[in-house]
Amino acid sequence: MAQRPAESAKKQLVHLQLNGRWRDDAVAENQLLVDYLRETARLTGTKIGCDTGECGACTVLADGQPVPSCLVLALRCDGRSIETIEGLASQNRPHRLQRAFHEMLGTQCGFCTPGMIMAAEALLRRNSRPSKEEIKAALAGNICRCTGYVKIIESVHAAAEWSP
Amino acid sequence: MREPSDLRNRGAPLIDGIDKVTGRARYTADLDHAAALVGRIFRSPVSHAEIKRLDVTKARELDGVFAVVTGADCPHTYGVLPVAMNEYPLARDRVRYRGEPIAAVAAVDTATAEQALDLIEFEMHELPAYYSSPAARADGATLLHDDKPGNIEREVHHVFGDVAAEFEQADLVREDRISCGEVNHAQIEPHAILAEYDPAAQRLTVQSVTQVGYYLQLMLARCLDMDVSRIRVIKPFIGGGFGARVEVLNFEIIAALLARAAAGTVMMQLTREENFLTHRARPHTEVTLKLGMRRNGQITACACEVVQRGGAYAGYGIVTILYAGALLQGIYNIPAVKFDGYRVYTNLPPCGAMRGHGSVDVRHAFECVLDRMARELGLDPFTVRRANLLEVPTRTMNQLVVNSCGLSECLDRVEHASNWRARFGKLPPGKGLGMACSHYVSGAAKPIHWTGEPHAVVNLKLDFDGSVTAFTGAADIGQGSSTMVAIAVAETLGVSLERVRVVAGDSAITPKDNGAYSSRITFMVGNAAIDAAKNLKAILIEAAARKLDARADDIECVSEQFSIGRRGQARLSFAEVVKEALIGGGALQVKGIFTCPPEAQGGKHKGGAVGSTMGFSYAAQVVELTVDEPTGAIRVDHVWTALDCGHAINPLAVEGQIQGSVWMGMGQALSEETHYLDGLPAHSNLLEYRVPTIAESPPIEVQIVESRDPYGPFGAKEASEGALASFPPAFVNAVANAIGIDFDQLPLTPDRVMQALVERRRKARASALKGQAS
Repeated sequence: MAQRPAESAKKQLVHLQLNGRWRDDAVAENQLLVDYLRETARLTGTKIGCDTGECGACTVLADGQPVPSCLVLALRCDGRSIETIEGLASQNRPHRLQRAFHEMLGTQCGFCTPGMIMAAEALLRRNSRPSKEEIKAALAGNICRCTGYVKIIESVHAAAEWSP
Repeated sequence: MREPSDLRNRGAPLIDGIDKVTGRARYTADLDHAAALVGRIFRSPVSHAEIKRLDVTKARELDGVFAVVTGADCPHTYGVLPVAMNEYPLARDRVRYRGEPIAAVAAVDTATAEQALDLIEFEMHELPAYYSSPAARADGATLLHDDKPGNIEREVHHVFGDVAAEFEQADLVREDRISCGEVNHAQIEPHAILAEYDPAAQRLTVQSVTQVGYYLQLMLARCLDMDVSRIRVIKPFIGGGFGARVEVLNFEIIAALLARAAAGTVMMQLTREENFLTHRARPHTEVTLKLGMRRNGQITACACEVVQRGGAYAGYGIVTILYAGALLQGIYNIPAVKFDGYRVYTNLPPCGAMRGHGSVDVRHAFECVLDRMARELGLDPFTVRRANLLEVPTRTMNQLVVNSCGLSECLDRVEHASNWRARFGKLPPGKGLGMACSHYVSGAAKPIHWTGEPHAVVNLKLDFDGSVTAFTGAADIGQGSSTMVAIAVAETLGVSLERVRVVAGDSAITPKDNGAYSSRITFMVGNAAIDAAKNLKAILIEAAARKLDARADDIECVSEQFSIGRRGQARLSFAEVVKEALIGGGALQVKGIFTCPPEAQGGKHKGGAVGSTMGFSYAAQVVELTVDEPTGAIRVDHVWTALDCGHAINPLAVEGQIQGSVWMGMGQALSEETHYLDGLPAHSNLLEYRVPTIAESPPIEVQIVESRDPYGPFGAKEASEGALASFPPAFVNAVANAIGIDFDQLPLTPDRVMQALVERRRKARASALKGQAS
């Protein structure tokens, strides 16, 4: 006898601002913000590196604060403003952090880069001229396996020097 | 326009960098898979067992399940070396490590797939399992593979020179036993594949995280009994590799089996834990190293035994153990070398290739012992290295050709940059300086799959719009190889970098390439790209000569301007020359190739091909650190590295590669190590598998040394692996310098350092008491 497939979780409406635009979506109660972003909103710039908040690749801004979107339920974002890497560039002109990470090679394979840039953006918004130690403290939750971080620090420094 | 001179001075950002920083880059998991089935793997819960019964009937009958595959669906083994393919994508009859794939399902969604896994029924007859090399090698141990007595996958015994006589010549002989923990690549992008089977055309298309699309295509054909021409392999953006993806991985074949069984498309994304189970990284290694040395620091002889805990299947194992022996040579002048290597089967996830393949742990031991002997003889660590430098060109005793070597300059540069002479031995307590050297190949001169084809092929297309497109099968996995190809083409043609596009890694479009491993791309694909560009340039010069009514030999092309002689008055723009060149024939397609000559492909002795290369990179490194005695924690304060990469085609990328490899060596030295509990990975996440964060990562100062290899593209050699292996020994030597303790184990986690400090205090107290008593 055929088994019944697993029942899908109940859905609720979430009303949130995504990269500056308000939208409403029906999301499962157990859906993670990262899955909402990648699958429902189809914004795949936010990456999944570990599933459990260890690597920082899924970092987005929630009301300006950096959060690992794999540890946040989509429903908990009701009424909040979520910003992802796709919202950073104005039209197709790269944001200063994006330009810096590109030109100074703060990115190699690029997989940690969106999360790294979002964490750095949160830092620059509250501290326009961060010291090296402040950069290290702000990015300590984001693992990069390619660069050894040297050029990431240089990239954030360079971006801070350029006006927003 | 970015002039060639800019490139030479600063280097170029990656040609795909904007896609990465804006989030536009599509990695495998980002590909549209809304309509795809979800693939999941059922894995062995035990380390070693015979499969007595496997019943997938209930899983298959579940609504929403489209396919279930087991070992019965694939009777073919896969692997790396043709002589050592002893692994099935899905276990048949027997499992040999905890987590080994047994069955897989494709279902409409994740929940259904996971429910189906729970419905799989099985019975196992458990067998004794071995989690260390000595246990697996013990008398009477059950064999993992019936044809491998003693659970030894491969024994290697090489002797070059008169070892006994050369040890006799030594003023000092020292032997140390040094062990290095198993590490993992921990690339940030988890494994993923999108496999699409078209039953009407009987074609399979896979987009996967592979570094070796060509080998993936071959293995899929073998395991699925398909004609290789029906398979297309596409490489999307790849989130790092470091060797994790240089062999075909079980999940890639499993996803393809599922796609064919379901007659559809399957997306399979592995969890981080599954990435650790898939493994294929650097094995736990025991090195017993004996060196003989004259009073002046000259090495007379080397005897080295290496035991690698290889895990359950062959994979790259034979190559890894051969590298361990081969790369004892090629860096110093050693009159006699004896190597005994043992690659051991154990009931753990299979090991494989990782950055610095085979050489890192042996180089670590070698450079630690060199330092200890220098200390015993009262010599400076730099003096000992300088006493043993190779003179190039040379051919080592194991037939490795060395055509260029900038190690001497590397030593000078880091000695100067670190102010070694003024500071070594004069730092405050708890602070230390250490140094070491290393080298690595620029591509394996003899490919694993020998076909007689060139080592690399690059195609170029020039069309009416004046754009130049380079087609290469070489996998850019973040190291910047596509950017290197673009630069090689632009510089050779004398055109701006922006004019050149690179299409990489699609078997339907790009010429076959062996892949991103053994640091082969810059040397081999770079040379092929230059060859292709020269062929295209010859056509353009002919066209310009026709148009200017001049001899081709007199035509110069600089900054996209063609003229007769360098300062010629008559000039043609690039567009005018392209127009002339296309008359009659239309779009131009040219190709370039590169082949390593047979004399560079290693010795005739068994295993002699491994380690052979056209060019070795060389590195010297100084590490400064602080040991916190109360906690045992070590902080790396500063690193100075010099790497001889022949010539930096893209200095920015070279610097990034050197920093990244040095830092990866730091992870292995400081904190990274896998742990297993009865075969179960205990640290299979990024919290407990301790990759260094930005907070504990030091400044890494890079010096690029350019020895101009006679055969390298523009004189270039590799830059991505060579510097890694000198970090761990420079680090351990610096710890010895800081606290006077020689460590024989990696990584130096705080608990190990504490234990050694406590042990020393206890011994000091005991001898003090003994002194009082007498």
